Amino acid sequence: MEWQFFLEVLVGGLLAGVMYSLVALGFVLIYKASGVFNFAQGAMVLFAALSFVSIQAMGVPFWIALLLTLALMVLLGVGIERVVLRPLVNQPPITLFMATIGLSFFLEGLAQMVWGTDVHGLELGIADEPFDVGGVFISKFDLFAAAVGGTLVAALALFFSKTKLGRALRAVADDHQAAMSVGIPLKHIWAIVWGVAGFVALVAGLLWGSRLGVQFALTLVVLKALPVLILGGFTSVPGAIIGGLIIGAGEKLAEVYLGPFVGGGIENWFPYMLALLFLLVRPEGLFGEKHIERV
Amino acid sequence: MFYRESGQFKSSYAADSAILTIAQDRLFIAALLALAFVVLPGLGSDYLLSGILIPFLILSLAALGLNILTGYAGQLSLGSAAFMAVGAFATYNFMLRLPGMPLLLAIFLGGLSAALVGVAFGLPSLRIKGFYLAVATLAAQFFIEWVFTKFGWFTNYSSSGVITAPPMQVFGIAIDTPASKYLLTLSIVALMALAAKNMARASIGRAWMAIRDMDVAAEVIGIPMLRTKLLAFAISSFYCGVAGALYAFVLLGTVDAQAFDLHRSFQVLFMIIVGGVGSILGSFLGAAFIVLLPICLNLLGQAFHGAISTQFLANLEMMLFGGLIIFFLIVEPHGLARLWQIAKEKLRVWPFPH
Repeated sequence: MEWQFFLEVLVGGLLAGVMYSLVALGFVLIYKASGVFNFAQGAMVLFAALSFVSIQAMGVPFWIALLLTLALMVLLGVGIERVVLRPLVNQPPITLFMATIGLSFFLEGLAQMVWGTDVHGLELGIADEPFDVGGVFISKFDLFAAAVGGTLVAALALFFSKTKLGRALRAVADDHQAAMSVGIPLKHIWAIVWGVAGFVALVAGLLWGSRLGVQFALTLVVLKALPVLILGGFTSVPGAIIGGLIIGAGEKLAEVYLGPFVGGGIENWFPYMLALLFLLVRPEGLFGEKHIERV
Repeated sequence: MFYRESGQFKSSYAADSAILTIAQDRLFIAALLALAFVVLPGLGSDYLLSGILIPFLILSLAALGLNILTGYAGQLSLGSAAFMAVGAFATYNFMLRLPGMPLLLAIFLGGLSAALVGVAFGLPSLRIKGFYLAVATLAAQFFIEWVFTKFGWFTNYSSSGVITAPPMQVFGIAIDTPASKYLLTLSIVALMALAAKNMARASIGRAWMAIRDMDVAAEVIGIPMLRTKLLAFAISSFYCGVAGALYAFVLLGTVDAQAFDLHRSFQVLFMIIVGGVGSILGSFLGAAFIVLLPICLNLLGQAFHGAISTQFLANLEMMLFGGLIIFFLIVEPHGLARLWQIAKEKLRVWPFPH
């Protein structure tokens, strides 16, 4: 019974971790291609979920609403690149980071101004009921979310390593100038990356939205994704998923086995401490690019 | 034409290393200090003092602290509010547990406690860099917030988790009116700003800047990495701690750990970015901008009061705030301090174009 309970907590944690990875993935995409630490990813998740729910509430069928929201998110991503980031090209990373914090304020305000501040329910048609796998109960919804997350990561990993566009993205990430000099159109590449990040935000928004309800608190999932991000490494797509698994499992196990000794409520800071410990051993995260410094 | 150094010769080493080398600058600062110390406490309304000037000064102090760490030493931190909380709660406990402890000493000790905690959370900076470090400092933010909420000892087992400032006095003078609170804050901030300015010009400031610009090179030329980085964390946290103590005791009077949440950390970070990273003046300009912007937006909102719902207005304010931050970053990425520098250059040759 004891190990069964342990297993249940572990599996629950791992599946929750995949949900964190989904958000972290949006960060990785943008950081990899443009070196921008995009704090507005959480606001984009909220924006996507809120837009989808509101469009659906107008009586639009599921798939058409999905397509409309996707178009909206890609437009938003491309628009952000054009209006906010292009004028800030060549600025120090901290300035870009601040700009994205400003952007997250803007998007949160915009989303709630256009679509209202009510909490919406979101039904994806997957029942959140547990089923039995050898005595361990697993939520169907979590499994579905994990499958989506896994597919997305696999697709993105293939995209980055096998397609021409993916290679161009990696070239841009390595060295902007060198990429431009071999004829890679930098501006298009960035627009594409932001569009894809918008798509990832939509997927994360749908899954998180149906889990928590579509509301302002969705922006806070960013804070769950950040430890995943530094643990896995800012530049690694597989790192986002591995980091998510470690953080998710660690967080749930700590909450159950460590929480009672210190009074509970540790899920806010524990993932950060865990990530910090990993970083002390590997300062670039588990799969981040090693940075060789020369004077 | 009026702002020009020609004819002002430095004839001693002391004059050469003065902070303000031009007579016009000295005159301007003297006038500013006279205005701040003499005119404003006498003539300023209570709202101006406790609604605008005291928050401005306290947040400037926090921004100064973060600027030392991020602007001079180059270590990005998202946990400044946590160190403010340590300062506030430590000061409260020093005054509570040691009756008869003078207020200034308690604030100083509160700052020292924050410095100690800052050093502890600064240790990873020796290995982790850049955004990895920034996210790692969030550990400090969440952990410290949790500690002060979870353990009742820090709030003297107050049921709502708040700490309330006891009656305060400094050298026998009661600190209970807005004017006296303002003067206390102003004196502390002025002294600490002077200290920060001098640190930035001294060898320690040079060492910080060397580390900021390239840490490997700095180590190669013999700057002790461990000591310099940790000193930056300690001093920065000390400034934040004092700011936190003032924030809790002088500005609010009653405060809980949530007053020092992540939002506050971002607010302080905004100040130094908008004001100018690596500039003492920038900390003040940035704080003024961030304090005044919501007030102006609010006033603007009141003009439309009734015409549109408050909900709509709140969201509009958020959009405007975010939009203006982006706008400022695009127009002047080096912050308001850089605008001031440009203005001085222009004044120097005015009325000629160059």
